[in-house]
Amino acid sequence: MSDAEMRRVTAICNGTVIDHIPGGEALQVLRMLRLESGISNPISLVMNVPSDKLGRKDVLKIEDRELVQEELDRLAIIAPEASVAIIRNYGVAEKRQVGLNDELVNIIKCSFSNCITQNKKEPLPHKLRVVSRNPVEIRCAYCGKIQDMVDISEQII
Amino acid sequence: MDDLITMDDLTNEEIIKLLDDAKKMLPIAKGETYLPLLKGKVLANMFFENSTRTRMSFETAMKRLGGEVLNFTTAGSSVSKGETLFDTMQMIDGYADVAVIRHPRQGAAQYSADSVNIPILNAGDGAGNHPTQTLLDLFTIKEAHGKFEGLNILIVGDLRYGRTAHSLSNALARFGVNLTLVAPKSLKMPEEIVSDLKALGGVVNETDKLYEQIKDSDVIYMTRIQKERFPDEDEYSKVSGIYTISESDLVDAKKNMIIMHPLPRVDEIQSNVDSTKHAKYFEQAFNGIPTRMALLCKCLEIDISKGGLLR
Repeated sequence: MSDAEMRRVTAICNGTVIDHIPGGEALQVLRMLRLESGISNPISLVMNVPSDKLGRKDVLKIEDRELVQEELDRLAIIAPEASVAIIRNYGVAEKRQVGLNDELVNIIKCSFSNCITQNKKEPLPHKLRVVSRNPVEIRCAYCGKIQDMVDISEQII
Repeated sequence: MDDLITMDDLTNEEIIKLLDDAKKMLPIAKGETYLPLLKGKVLANMFFENSTRTRMSFETAMKRLGGEVLNFTTAGSSVSKGETLFDTMQMIDGYADVAVIRHPRQGAAQYSADSVNIPILNAGDGAGNHPTQTLLDLFTIKEAHGKFEGLNILIVGDLRYGRTAHSLSNALARFGVNLTLVAPKSLKMPEEIVSDLKALGGVVNETDKLYEQIKDSDVIYMTRIQKERFPDEDEYSKVSGIYTISESDLVDAKKNMIIMHPLPRVDEIQSNVDSTKHAKYFEQAFNGIPTRMALLCKCLEIDISKGGLLR
């Protein structure tokens, strides 16, 4: 982030900064990371700031919480280009890569109403395949249906 | 080969080899020769949804090759008590050497394949795929025309829910046919399938007009508008009977044009077409036997030319 962008939000002492979220998607990211309710960590959110890379981008700062790899896998579904910095004592202690795996196992479930996985008693994991990354296209590994990325956060397990 | 869930599980070379093997199986399929290549093998026919031709032709194919068949239907089974598909398939894994599955839920065949070790052959999963039907469809086309490349083929009717159309279009796109998909707007081919067909390099046209296409066609593949797949009766009645072929529609057709149908038909093909040289749908239904024989041998790793019995 540039200095001007940095001034939009307060620096955090400890926690995680997620940069380069596609413009307007920050609320989806919060839902995807299950951070939208039920937690007390302070969260700063900046939306629609100009970005050379994305045109418009969102930034999230989550205090006192270091995201783990499983959460970064979720993040990758909405923001595969995002960069993640772990902040400790106001400095970048670590940069973590967001990577969209070829297969998403038990991260999201298929939205198709007639998919075999809609039977909640079936024990095998929900499995979806990433068939394209730009734009992201995800299909159910069982029924083959393309998932609607607009509502994808609704499908989080 | 382990499982056959979609046509993507077979290469073009494997498809051609299966069709060649099926041709060699014809005398056995007709009962003229008995060749117990599958003696001691057991097939489980797992039909969670109704079937006539698919179930019976798999059973005939297995029996004409000396194998045994277990027939499963949901009525009277533990499925009606709420047993999961996973649990039902665990049982079959120990009872049979290969299983054919038909299920109303899409993805059920892949789910079964992930649940067990024996080969799973998809005989229709909801509105998903029906690849063993495609093998007999391809066999029928090859028998009639001797080739695929350059043929003008119409697939007509319920392309949204029609699993035979989904699997067949995939194979035809790979073999270089000129494919025209004929359906009303509400029953158009799903976007992911059209996108796949184009990615496969297929020449694909989409239209809702049938009759003006007939004179240039080499194959017309009719499908039934499937009442059971519609969410409500009103939607069904809007498109029911939209495409009907009668003998009088065929006056300008090419002499060697063939009409196919996976059956059962309702009113898509009038009975006066049955006696014309274009009607291939009953022969097509018979072709399920030699093609499924070839497929069963392949997935049970039986070499059909073993011992020089079939050349």
